[in-house]
Amino acid sequence: MSMKPDQPFARWSGVLAVILFWTETAFAHVQKGEAAGFLSGLKHPVSGLDHVLAMVAVGLWGAQLGSPAIWVLPVAFPMVMAFGGMLGLMGVPLPGIEYGIAASAILLGMAVMFELRPPLAIAAALVAIFAIFHGHAHGTELPPGQSGLLYSMGFVIATGCLHAVGITIGTVHRWGWGQKFLRLAGAVVTVGGVFFMWKAFAA
Amino acid sequence: MEGVRSMKLTRQSRIPIYTAVVFVCVMCPLSAEAHLNSTGMGPIYDGLMHFLMSPEDLVPVLALALLSGLRGATYGRRTLFALPAAWLIGGLVGLAPLASNGNAIISALWFLLLGGLLAADAKLSLRVTTALAVLLGLYHGYLNGAGLGLSFSSAAVLLGLIFAVFVLIALAASFVVRLQASWARIAVRVAGSWIFASGLLLIGWAVRGAHGRAG
Repeated sequence: MSMKPDQPFARWSGVLAVILFWTETAFAHVQKGEAAGFLSGLKHPVSGLDHVLAMVAVGLWGAQLGSPAIWVLPVAFPMVMAFGGMLGLMGVPLPGIEYGIAASAILLGMAVMFELRPPLAIAAALVAIFAIFHGHAHGTELPPGQSGLLYSMGFVIATGCLHAVGITIGTVHRWGWGQKFLRLAGAVVTVGGVFFMWKAFAA
Repeated sequence: MEGVRSMKLTRQSRIPIYTAVVFVCVMCPLSAEAHLNSTGMGPIYDGLMHFLMSPEDLVPVLALALLSGLRGATYGRRTLFALPAAWLIGGLVGLAPLASNGNAIISALWFLLLGGLLAADAKLSLRVTTALAVLLGLYHGYLNGAGLGLSFSSAAVLLGLIFAVFVLIALAASFVVRLQASWARIAVRVAGSWIFASGLLLIGWAVRGAHGRAG
């Protein structure tokens, strides 16, 4: 029962990392809104519930599908999302963005709700297509005077963290009650998607 | 008894002297220079901080360090020495008066290349990894040198910068080399995908900026 010598080190490193990353920004001498640019990017994906639902659903679905989808989907999503953001920044128009975002929540929620298991390529393609809509909507919304690079990095990291939240919740899939819970979560995402689709049509 | 008393007296007699020394120290402080906008931190620290505060420099170095770490200790060691050395050479060349500024698209391409290789866990040969390290070092060193211009403190700034590059590679590569769990290695690859994604967006910003200037 002896504890390995590096276990306490790893534990304390984890605690230290949490404390360090929990700190508030000093904003002492910010150059050209750089810290603000990063924080704006970090907050942006979290600020819209439609985005949050879809991104968490990607993590949930990945966790349901297991390896390798559990990491392929969250890797594919930010990369293709950034491609969509790049298109938006270049001025390439994409019609029906709001419908696409709402549809992503509906379909990804249904995939979780019914625990669909398509081939990996199809699952990745579905996630990638929707990621373009999310990226296009997000990428162009940099507040003036802030660093584009830091905004982009914050934006991508926040997206990845939302996937990680979904994956973490999805780990309950190993238990029977957890599988039911995930299906219920998928249903909630679907209902949210329907609401946002209704809003998109009403607008 | 006499000796103890004289020791106590000696200690007590020193109190005014200590008090005077403390008083002088308190009344004659050096300026704090907390706001370093005008003074800087000295050239070496300026170089060090410049690197740590410049994501366009830091992120590609981090990506290459993580990639080298994934490949093993030999790759990590090669990058550890090749990249700072190339950075120094590039920086010295960049100090020349005719040096030009960099291009945001090229910086973004470094994000794409290194982030993509890291995300794919590319099995590069040691020679290719070394070539990448040298090219990255030469390019970014050149840009840093061009930004500095030839002055008395430029060499010290470059040294600080290279020290920061060295330390970052040492920490990042050695951290990854010892990772055994597959999920931990996948987490490193996920970081690569984030760097790749940031590079895509950086291209978008560069194109948008160019259009804005043209307009």
